Amino acid sequence: MQATKEVRIGKDLVAASAMPLVLAILNEGESYGYAILKRIDELSAGGLEWTDGMLYPLLHRLDRLGYVEARWDSPPGSRRRRYYRITPGGQNALSEHRRQWEVVSDALQNAWRSFQVTNSAPDPVEA
Amino acid sequence: MESTIGPGIEAQISQWRSYLLRRQTIHRVDVDELEDHLRSEISELGTVGLSGDESFLVAIKRIGGVNELSREFARERSSQLWKQLVLADDTARERSRLQYSELLVTICFAIAAAVAFKIPAAFGIDPFAASDSTDNDSDVSFYLRNASLLVLPFLIGFLAWKRNLSARVIAGLAVPFIAAAILVNVFPFNEGATSEESGYKPGDTELLAAIHLPIFLWLVVGVSYLGGAWRANAPRMDFVRFTGEWFIYYTLIAFGGGVLCALTLGVFEAIEIDVEPLIASWVLPCGAVGAVVVVAWLVEAKQSVIENMAPVLTSVFTPLFALMLVAAILGMAVTGNFVDPEREVLIVFDLLLVVVLGLVLYSVSARDPAAKPTLMDGVQLVLVASALLIDILALAGILGRITEFGWTPNRTAGLGLNLVLLANLVWSAWLLSAFLRRRRPFSDLERWQTTYIPLYAIWAAIVVVLFPPLFAFD
Repeated sequence: MQATKEVRIGKDLVAASAMPLVLAILNEGESYGYAILKRIDELSAGGLEWTDGMLYPLLHRLDRLGYVEARWDSPPGSRRRRYYRITPGGQNALSEHRRQWEVVSDALQNAWRSFQVTNSAPDPVEA
Repeated sequence: MESTIGPGIEAQISQWRSYLLRRQTIHRVDVDELEDHLRSEISELGTVGLSGDESFLVAIKRIGGVNELSREFARERSSQLWKQLVLADDTARERSRLQYSELLVTICFAIAAAVAFKIPAAFGIDPFAASDSTDNDSDVSFYLRNASLLVLPFLIGFLAWKRNLSARVIAGLAVPFIAAAILVNVFPFNEGATSEESGYKPGDTELLAAIHLPIFLWLVVGVSYLGGAWRANAPRMDFVRFTGEWFIYYTLIAFGGGVLCALTLGVFEAIEIDVEPLIASWVLPCGAVGAVVVVAWLVEAKQSVIENMAPVLTSVFTPLFALMLVAAILGMAVTGNFVDPEREVLIVFDLLLVVVLGLVLYSVSARDPAAKPTLMDGVQLVLVASALLIDILALAGILGRITEFGWTPNRTAGLGLNLVLLANLVWSAWLLSAFLRRRRPFSDLERWQTTYIPLYAIWAAIVVVLFPPLFAFD
């Protein structure tokens, strides 16, 4: 949606980030499939492209692992919709994911700092 | 809040729904959820100015391919595959009611079939009871003729329920059953012989009718399996697949049931309770009959979840049978011994052709018609060609015997079956070799096999209906 759209995230990275992302969104509050995808779009500024349908098998897995709780809500006069809510187990999993991602992210940050340094100062270090 | 969705789009959505539902790995609740998603997307796209059709197409595209989706769901559920086989489905918390009602209906049909099978016992027709009742022979004869008529209607009933068949189709399916029931019970079959050692032996035409009637009725079951649309060629292959899987599952269950009964007998014998009459007259017949329906349900339920079994067995046994037949031909060539036209030989060769045809059918059913010729197709051609060669040699010997000793019902039935199968395999061999030479597409062979299926029904019907009067109910 925004200017950052040119950044295409690889399939593997999308898959790896899917679970913590969905858990984090559900941690914000109960939600349903379509809204979760909208939120992912928002959070990544359109950079994370999902095949929409693939969210549902993932939600199933989270449900099976006990990370989320699903319930059908059928308000009168409107079609029924399945809502998901994070469980304490899911919150634990989320913070574990978060710790791991922070380690990865820090490592990458550090790596890129030197990358930027060599980029801006191209003269050889050997001197 | 929801933008209105036109009737054309509604129709497309419900079509898409039923398309998804056909994948057994995507359950009804999943489809409901995906539909909610689809509708949200369509109305959202509608608000930014896309037309109904455009929104539908975009939304469908975004949801992704049905194949990937179903694979993803299957992978997610692969740890619970056994549940799909036994218990229908879904997570422990949210069992879909539909699947349970299906299991319930299956069990009802199975029980009804078992009850119907035992109803004649209420009228004193009970060959399963190990009694010395004087009338046991006619009881055996009754079940020989009527067993399939008592059981298969319930299988058809189950399939009719699953396929939502219209009353007209069901009435049409009932006609052959009623006609057959009248014929086999009105025909004045000659009484068979009873001997001390082998028990009751029915007359030839009666036994032939008893063997061919289930074959004919099974193809009637095929009509109900195809939802009444038996005229179309292509779906017939689905019924061929169903038949193969059904047979394999039934064999497995029969084997398990046999072990169970044997152990039951052993255990109760050890505590000196005689359960043999109970098992022989109730557990075995009712179990065997109920399994007919339950197995059909199993085959339907696990469809597309696990790789089909029949094609796997086919690819294992095609080379082995080909090897055996080539060895037999070499044996004949080396020793100069040809087929000895014994009494039983015709049956052996009929069975051989049935097996070869089965191998061809199931490799056809599993094959991608667009794929190029493979080594397996060559092996198959060797199999068919060598079976044909041996069979023609055998037929020559048998024809000599028939002209010498005359036409008996058994010989005529054996010969007729042989010719029916031979005609099929000759043309199959031709199509296969044309395919290997890349003159014809593989789909020709598939079409030939599916077109041929009604001929089996016709031949079986001829044996049931015309043979008894032709051979004076011998």
